[in-house]
Amino acid sequence: MSIILWTDALVFVLIACALAAARYVSRREYLLSSWRRVGESRAGMAALTVLSAFILVGLLDSLHYRPRLEAVAGKSTNAANGYSTEVRSALDMLLMPLKSGTEKTYSAPLATHLYARETVELPDGTQARVFPRLKHGGAHLKAPAEDWLRDVVAKTLLGLALAVLAGLTFTGIAVQAAARHWNVPWRTARGRIWRGETRFAWNAVLVTTAALLLIAGPVVALAGSYHVFGTDKVGQDVLYLTLKSIRTGLVIGTITTLAMLPFAVALGIAAGYLGGWVDDVIQYLYTTLNSIPGVLLIAAAVLMMQVVIDTHPDWFATAAQRADARLLALCLILGVTSWTGLCRLLRAETLKLRELEYVQAAQAFGASAARIMGRHILPNVMHIVLISVVMDFSGLVLAEAVLSYIGIGVDPSTISFGTMINTARLELAREPVVWWSLVAAFVFMFILVLAANLFSDAVRDAFDPRLAGRQVVPATQGQAT
Amino acid sequence: MSLLSVESLRTSLTSASGIVRAVDGVSFQVDAGETFALLGESGCGKSMTALSLMRLLPDAGSIVGGRVLLGGRDLMALSESDMRDVRGREMAMIFQEPATSLNPVLTVSQQIVEVLERHTALRGVAARRRALELVEAVGLPDPAQRLDAYPFQLSGGMKQRVMVAIALAGNPGLLIADEPTTALDVTIQAQVLELLGRLQRERGMGMLLITHDLGIVSQLAHRVGVMYAGELVEVAARQAFFTSPCHPYSRKLFAALPRPERRGGDLETIPGSVPPLTTAFTGCRFADRCQSAWARCADEKPAWHSASDGHVVRCHLYDPALAARQGGTAASSERRNCEDDEASPAAGVPLLAVSGLKLHFPMRKGVFRRIAGQVKAVDGVSLTLTSGRTLALVGESGCGKTTVGKAVLQLLRPTGGSVRFDGEELTVLPPDRLRKLRADMQIVFQDPYGSLDPRMRVGDIIEEGMTALGRTAGTMSRDERIDALLARVGLSAVMRGRYPHEFSGGQRQRIAIARALAVEPRLLVCDEPTSALDVSVQAQILNLLKELQTSLGLAYLFITHNIAVVEHLAHEVAVMYLGRIVEQGTVGEILREPKHPYTEALLSAVPRIEGEDGRPVIVLKGDIPSPANPPAGCHFHPRCPRAMQECATLYPSETRIGATRRVCCHLFK
Repeated sequence: MSIILWTDALVFVLIACALAAARYVSRREYLLSSWRRVGESRAGMAALTVLSAFILVGLLDSLHYRPRLEAVAGKSTNAANGYSTEVRSALDMLLMPLKSGTEKTYSAPLATHLYARETVELPDGTQARVFPRLKHGGAHLKAPAEDWLRDVVAKTLLGLALAVLAGLTFTGIAVQAAARHWNVPWRTARGRIWRGETRFAWNAVLVTTAALLLIAGPVVALAGSYHVFGTDKVGQDVLYLTLKSIRTGLVIGTITTLAMLPFAVALGIAAGYLGGWVDDVIQYLYTTLNSIPGVLLIAAAVLMMQVVIDTHPDWFATAAQRADARLLALCLILGVTSWTGLCRLLRAETLKLRELEYVQAAQAFGASAARIMGRHILPNVMHIVLISVVMDFSGLVLAEAVLSYIGIGVDPSTISFGTMINTARLELAREPVVWWSLVAAFVFMFILVLAANLFSDAVRDAFDPRLAGRQVVPATQGQAT
Repeated sequence: MSLLSVESLRTSLTSASGIVRAVDGVSFQVDAGETFALLGESGCGKSMTALSLMRLLPDAGSIVGGRVLLGGRDLMALSESDMRDVRGREMAMIFQEPATSLNPVLTVSQQIVEVLERHTALRGVAARRRALELVEAVGLPDPAQRLDAYPFQLSGGMKQRVMVAIALAGNPGLLIADEPTTALDVTIQAQVLELLGRLQRERGMGMLLITHDLGIVSQLAHRVGVMYAGELVEVAARQAFFTSPCHPYSRKLFAALPRPERRGGDLETIPGSVPPLTTAFTGCRFADRCQSAWARCADEKPAWHSASDGHVVRCHLYDPALAARQGGTAASSERRNCEDDEASPAAGVPLLAVSGLKLHFPMRKGVFRRIAGQVKAVDGVSLTLTSGRTLALVGESGCGKTTVGKAVLQLLRPTGGSVRFDGEELTVLPPDRLRKLRADMQIVFQDPYGSLDPRMRVGDIIEEGMTALGRTAGTMSRDERIDALLARVGLSAVMRGRYPHEFSGGQRQRIAIARALAVEPRLLVCDEPTSALDVSVQAQILNLLKELQTSLGLAYLFITHNIAVVEHLAHEVAVMYLGRIVEQGTVGEILREPKHPYTEALLSAVPRIEGEDGRPVIVLKGDIPSPANPPAGCHFHPRCPRAMQECATLYPSETRIGATRRVCCHLFK
């Protein structure tokens, strides 16, 4: 039975919005030209490719369902309707071997034995403290000490070979499509893309894709029989945890923005354009909000929300729905507390725009205030909205990690970078140290945030009128200087 | 040997649309003690030439060829550190915008001493003494006090004087002045021009003057070079240039200038605009816009031909081989009949009657935002305007003329007084009734770049008024109406789907006019509609406005500081000073025999082209006072050359002279 969680619904709404925006942009030359400049940026397109990979994982993880229970001898008591109470996603289905292949406790990356000694009874009746074999990691090896290295290398090479194959196929398809589009021979198209003679930075996309495949190939090949990033305290595969964390990060980064935008845009433009008491009220509002320490405000709101959720267990059919409600609430709380910055920016920009002569010309036509704000001011501040949305994204992913670390973030049962880092706190204090879950979370989050930042830089450069203006009006330079 | 000698200088800029050859083979000389003026429209490469000489090009630009010899030394061969010694010591530059050329956090003396310490051995007290001499030399009032002032404490004219002082600090042999007075008011411009002329004579400096204003050239220059599309097309001594300009482009520049004798007729215009400098030119660059062009002009680049002694021109017309054929092709600038229509003030009810209009902006202070005073931007202005007539509101910046325009349209609600439009009192109308009247009054703004929404297509921009006011277009559909409007202002219907940034300044102004006309107004407030445009484009817009007035019977409230435009277009003139009208009358009365001392000074300060009239320039002292704190008595008395005792205490009441004329001055009681 497929099930749509609240955040899933919002993710789909976001995708619909993005598609609608793309349609809108494709019909407006001035917007299209800015986006073309984003497409020309190599760093931006490489970052976008990485982001797309993350988004793909996040989307797979947003298709939720409840698996049908096999009727086990007519004993379906706790699932009256025949469906499990466990909510799974499409990603879970793909990663089922990882998800179900739990060990007893910690094990190092690619290990064949547990990371902790256990007392076992030897066949001769004596007891010994040894590192027992893992149930899943390297279980197929008969003599791990001799075979391990050979097996790992063989699997890595196999993975690389598959990756090269996949990469070549992908590139081939892309070049073929390009060749057909430009109506040139295949060879010419390849040369053009390789030398970067295309306006869109195709070579950056292809190179990044190849790099991603080269990393993913061996990981996939190894993940079938090893825990590539090791396991955590309760034996869960860390690779699985990090992949699951991606969705949480993306949801926080995007839905928070969605919750924040209406406040920031409407209040910012209204304050700037209408002025007077409206401006005063809005300014007091955001000055007050801003003067409360952010973490304190969020903590208070999250704790209140937690009490509400805990006192109404009957609202949620499954634990996943409860955790999801908490995630959504966190997004909303973050959104409500973080609109002030953008609002201030938009107010300032609107103050500037409302003095411009085209706004006064509209006033001279007797156009209503709402019409002027919607038709003249909003389109002219959209670049600021876009830039700040893209730049805020990485900040919000980091904020989630921080909040979860201090215990006021997502539900403990929700897998996120923050909860992973939170548990890593104790692991780092162990002797010998358990480093892999922190490193895995760190590396994934770092790549996600870095890609988001590089992409936002490209977007800002393309939309910033000061930078764009250099190329648009060279003719007026003589007049200005 | 000349002081500065530029030999086929070529500078190009890289841009998204290709390589812009901003300066393309420019050669000229400047002698010591001589002022050489580079004249041309915007986008012709004048400023780029100056920046190339200083080697101060923007990052995208580079000098690709040619030599610049300053005192015999090739500047292009110098290292950057040697070049720094040349800048400021051997040649210095003054920029157009004094407000941004000074560092706002340093005092005047710090900025002058900085140059002195770099280029001379003077230090400490000696340097400060020298700085004082310099600011005295440039005529800064209260020099000792002003030395420690910050730029924000100085007015625009004073800042430009400080800029001149800084430029002079290194005692340069060559001064480059890039549009030094374009950002200043007419009366202040007269002060600065007089200063530059005096300093140049006293110090025997060479001066390279860059300007688009023929009047300034006539006043300051010894020799003139006309630039067009990156190259010089004519070089001549001033006298020769002004008596017989040779190149068709120079002739057109003269013809496009509004002058009293061309009143009533259309101005000559140059069709089209300056070609983009990214084009690879094969023939004459002006050929497309030239009426005397023939096949050869498109194919062959004209060489320099001598028209008379020291007067060279780059045009095939002056090819000696052609001299036999060339009979009377000299500019046949026929003079149009000057129909004197001023004497017929239209009878009937005035369309617009403004009386005692006041607009005060409160100045608030302190925590509780108490009103601490009033800026009296407009303080009792009375005007009348009938259909089909043009009233020009003339004044310098800050005198409140734009505010009057906006208050008439009720874009700013007046503090007091009355505005009656077609018999209806606008100041007390509720917003919804006012909206209905909006269609009758429209406005055209100064800045063609700021007045069109960059995110809207031209068609949507023109349609906006019709939608906002719920105008139906009668039998025509809206689209047809938009096409008709575009055709009306001389644009083509295919431009409907384009965005404003694809248009030139003049075309944008046409779009702005079409937008205003879309709702069929009866009154058009034109707020400096041509001051951001080049002379040739200005002529096109003025012709268009004039033609629209004749065919549609529009009334114009024409707000401007450009006296030449007033002469050309207006029927009546009102001169404003610090929020009040000081003199009002028909255009002939005001311009031919101004009564009020301010009008007199204002008119005389406009740089004239030689031979037009012999009126001496009255250089006013001081700056325009702030409207927040106007002088007691007559606002003009501190600057007035004919002030009397009475002027300091009592604001003069209005005196009527004749049927149409009113003056506020004690001299005419």
